[in-house]
Amino acid sequence: MRGKNERMQAGMNMKKSFLKCFKSNFYFLFSIFVISTFLTAGCGGNSEISKPAVTISVWHWMTDRDNAFNELAKRYEEKTGIKVKFELYAPSDSYTQKVRAAAQAGTLPDIFGILAEKRDFASFVIAGHVANLSPDMEKDAGLWKNDFFSRAIAVNEFLPDNEFRVTPGIYGVPLDVMNIQMLYNKDLLKQAGIKKPPKTLEEFLAMGEKLKALGIQGLVSGWGEVWMIDCFASNYAFNIMGEEKVMRTIKGEVPYTDADWIKVFGLFKELNDSGLLANGIVTMVNKTAEQLFANSKAAFAFNGSWCVNVYAGMNPNLSYGAMFPPNYGEFPMKIWGGAGSSLLVNDRSLVKKEAIDFLRWLSSAEQQAYLSEVTKNLPANKNCLTKISPILSDFSQAMEATTHPNIWPVHEFPQVIEAFDKSIQSIIIGEKTPQRVAEEVQKIKERELQKRAR
Amino acid sequence: MKAKSILINYLFVLPAVLIFGIFYIYPFLKVFQLSLMEWDGILPTMQFVGISNFKEIMTDKIWWDSMWHAGYITLIALTFQNGLALLLALACDREIKYGNIFRVIFFIPPILSEVVVGLIWQWILDGNYGILNNAFNAMGMHSLVRNWLSDPKTALTCIAVVHSWKGFGWGFIILLAGLQTIPKQLYEAAKVDGADSWQVFTKITIPLMIPVFSMVIILTILGSMQVFVLIISMVGQGLVHHTDVPVLRILASMTGSSRFGYACAQGIIFGLVLIIISFTQKKLSERIKQA
Repeated sequence: MRGKNERMQAGMNMKKSFLKCFKSNFYFLFSIFVISTFLTAGCGGNSEISKPAVTISVWHWMTDRDNAFNELAKRYEEKTGIKVKFELYAPSDSYTQKVRAAAQAGTLPDIFGILAEKRDFASFVIAGHVANLSPDMEKDAGLWKNDFFSRAIAVNEFLPDNEFRVTPGIYGVPLDVMNIQMLYNKDLLKQAGIKKPPKTLEEFLAMGEKLKALGIQGLVSGWGEVWMIDCFASNYAFNIMGEEKVMRTIKGEVPYTDADWIKVFGLFKELNDSGLLANGIVTMVNKTAEQLFANSKAAFAFNGSWCVNVYAGMNPNLSYGAMFPPNYGEFPMKIWGGAGSSLLVNDRSLVKKEAIDFLRWLSSAEQQAYLSEVTKNLPANKNCLTKISPILSDFSQAMEATTHPNIWPVHEFPQVIEAFDKSIQSIIIGEKTPQRVAEEVQKIKERELQKRAR
Repeated sequence: MKAKSILINYLFVLPAVLIFGIFYIYPFLKVFQLSLMEWDGILPTMQFVGISNFKEIMTDKIWWDSMWHAGYITLIALTFQNGLALLLALACDREIKYGNIFRVIFFIPPILSEVVVGLIWQWILDGNYGILNNAFNAMGMHSLVRNWLSDPKTALTCIAVVHSWKGFGWGFIILLAGLQTIPKQLYEAAKVDGADSWQVFTKITIPLMIPVFSMVIILTILGSMQVFVLIISMVGQGLVHHTDVPVLRILASMTGSSRFGYACAQGIIFGLVLIIISFTQKKLSERIKQA
């Protein structure tokens, strides 16, 4: 009992001495905090007077361009004294999530890019995260704007009366342009006795048997990343029914069960039946497709202009050419293209003017030529096209025949896009017929239209 | 004085409470709030839609199919993965030569990145140049050659097997640790009483291992139901919807369709399903233990 009391007493004493110590230390620490706050505030005041160097913060996802960006940042700092800090966040999915989270938290950097559909781009603008660059672009009779390919600007532009009700204007600076075409391996076609690349779908389908007989894969593409299926199908939708009918379908005026759409879906069945599609194309990621084509394991690829850089890295001796997807309809084939990557200025940035000036410098001919040379991408600035390689030149010539969902006046529901792309996968694996797929996609379209009407 | 003392005591726990509140309670409540909204994740405004997200989930066939797919992966993990883990743990529990080396080897797959494992197995299972198909061809078993990851009949099973291969090391280590806590005297006594190996296993090992089995089963269920990185690295965005699992559907709603409210509602439903499964399993284990 006595021992217990002693322990309790000791405990009380310890607690008292601890509290005493805490109290005296608390006052001491509080005094230090107050003094240091005043001192640091004073320091801050002094630095304001001496005008600290401006630092522009840029977030991006382009792993292949990071070194080039840092080199350009160094050159810009030498020229202007303004420091530009490029921060790379990859892969692109993680980057997208980071930008969204930063937008919600209000911690976006001075310059950033978004990898999203036009709908999400519009939300960023409406939420006040993106500066309208029109006044700068249009200044001096559109001097800055006129440097770019019109398609590159269109992707970053909201026109009057746009469906998202965004104030009309240009909201991004394109860094490069791209388009997605078909590529053919010259040596493999020669080996198969094919003298020239196919112009029509009929010619293309006929090549399937020849290639198969030689054990050569036909077409490879990253159709495991379903947006590339969407891109291929959209090319043919424009080719088979024309732009106007495609837009009317998105508006809900033409059903997906229309004969022309069934022809689009049926195209994938024909490609598969002819043996042209590579084994496992439905789950093939684009990196695998690029490896197969670069290593001459496949005769054709469906890929974007960025592939020039990728193939050069994988196999510098690859002999290949670019071509439009073989014709199947009466209307002009439209391929996806436009701004490859764009950078936006944070409207709430404290260095907004400096950020815009930097982007103007970055998109000028000299810097664009450097970026194009180092990264082998098509420059967005049309004034430096003379310095590009022949294969990039092939791609650049197709720019006028490009389109992109981001420049269409209407936009399809994401749920319909998902159903559309996944259904095409099911046609390729022989699970569903084009007719059934058309009905299923239309059902989802109607459901979403009803939801919107509510 | 007493009040001051109490106040100071509360002051000491305040940081922990704040951290718990900010990083656990607030997000938890926020998910519930968002599940009742229609929000694209960017705009500052949200639209209250009540329970319509939950109603939509109830009729979302792709969502419930994805739940079955996760269940299938879990079933394979519970049987194949844990069966293999138990067999290897029983083997390593005996005094075998190079036992420690085997323990290290068996624990390598779990410490590998899921992305790396997925890519390696994608390469092994590749329909064109994969090692597996080459091996079948070399052995003259041409009928078995196929596009393993592009065939709806085999894609999900391949994913489940790779997931089990990657995960069995965890079960192995936990089960081995459990086996080593069983007193050796019990085995010796059983042998003296004339029990054979099977009787020793069923009458001593299994009953004493039930708490360990219970823990391994819970961990397997929770780990397998939430698998998704492995799937992305093996089949990209999926083979139609045959390889979709709930976490991938939640991601698709959030980043693909920009429907944060719907994604949060999916998250709540998925969480509830996991709680129900875990609770049922716990109750079952308790009953078996009592029996």
